[in-house]
Amino acid sequence: MHVEFLLHLADSALVLGHRNSEWCGHGPVLEQDIAITNISLDLIGQARNFYQYAAVLRNDGSTEDSLAYLRDVREFRNPLLVEQPNGDWAHTILRQFFMSNFQYELYRWLAAQEDEQLAAICNKALKEVTYHLRWSSEWVIRLGDGTEESKQRMLRAIDDLWTFTGELFTRVPYEPMDPAMFSNNYQQRITEIFTEATLPVPSDVYFQQGGKTGMHSEHLGFVLAEMQFMQRAYPGASW
Amino acid sequence: MNDHIKKILSNVQDPEVPVLSVIDLGIVRDAVETDEGIEVVITPTYTGCPAMDVIATQIRMELLAHGYRSVTVKTVLSPAWTTDWMTEDGKQKLKAYGIAPPLHSQQVCATERFSDEVIQCPLCNSSHTHQVSNFGSTACKALYQCDDCKEPFDYFKCH
Repeated sequence: MHVEFLLHLADSALVLGHRNSEWCGHGPVLEQDIAITNISLDLIGQARNFYQYAAVLRNDGSTEDSLAYLRDVREFRNPLLVEQPNGDWAHTILRQFFMSNFQYELYRWLAAQEDEQLAAICNKALKEVTYHLRWSSEWVIRLGDGTEESKQRMLRAIDDLWTFTGELFTRVPYEPMDPAMFSNNYQQRITEIFTEATLPVPSDVYFQQGGKTGMHSEHLGFVLAEMQFMQRAYPGASW
Repeated sequence: MNDHIKKILSNVQDPEVPVLSVIDLGIVRDAVETDEGIEVVITPTYTGCPAMDVIATQIRMELLAHGYRSVTVKTVLSPAWTTDWMTEDGKQKLKAYGIAPPLHSQQVCATERFSDEVIQCPLCNSSHTHQVSNFGSTACKALYQCDDCKEPFDYFKCH
């Protein structure tokens, strides 16, 4: 089990969880503020489990906290999609839909593999990802097949985010499987939901890459600066 | 896990839902007495549940208070916790507290869109209720409202 793969799983969940948490107190309506922060919590919980396992395997004094708070941009292995800014609600729920759709396939596969600890983490996380997928699918449909304005916002969100979805399926050396294997089920769901949402499915376009190997957009630096500030400014601080 | 330990651990309440003990919740998987003391194995409800750290500490303190010299609390992720492990007693306590208890997990927990489980109002028992949000005040709860008595209530989601 490649530690780097575990860090990739953890970083993906942590950065997405952190991005979602930026909505706290700013959600469009109270119930959705609560929903997106609940999803954040689930994701950060996943990240904790992956980091804890990675720390055990590294066996070099690393802890879940040192891995999350003391690594810099080039060491993070999350895909570019999750570090993109929240934008409006359409952007956020679409980003969630893409990631939850992918995580659903990935975790389902990992839950059946030989590594017991990883299987246990993914099996547990899968229950929650199922809720995330359902929630975000409903929002894509609600906004896509909503008002003229909500549809325009969805189209803009698709324009902005579609280019980052290709990276999810492009294999990098530390991955134990070729993620392209998840593409069929993923695409099927995209087509199903977008059709019901009266949204067009883009045909293959240029896909941006790099996050999974540490080549991030400028956004991640700002995300980490905020997320890691306390631990960097007050090393070893605890509540 | 013997009855004596079960009885002690029944004193440890869920910090968010204080009518439920860790035994009611079904999160205590095992408790093994050794020569040195006791090892308790627990499993988290939701991946990100922030109450688990508190619960682990409380379990330790409760056992120390009952004279166990060395207490270890271990967390395992597998098999994954499910609401099916909640005791019937626990479900009754939830309802009396005003939280609708979880349905059997076979009935839902799928990706059916725009369809909600029919949940009975814990206050007036009406089935004319609707879901306000699938995410509630904690990771484990959804928010519903009763169309008859008009009261909002939490539903402990099947998991």
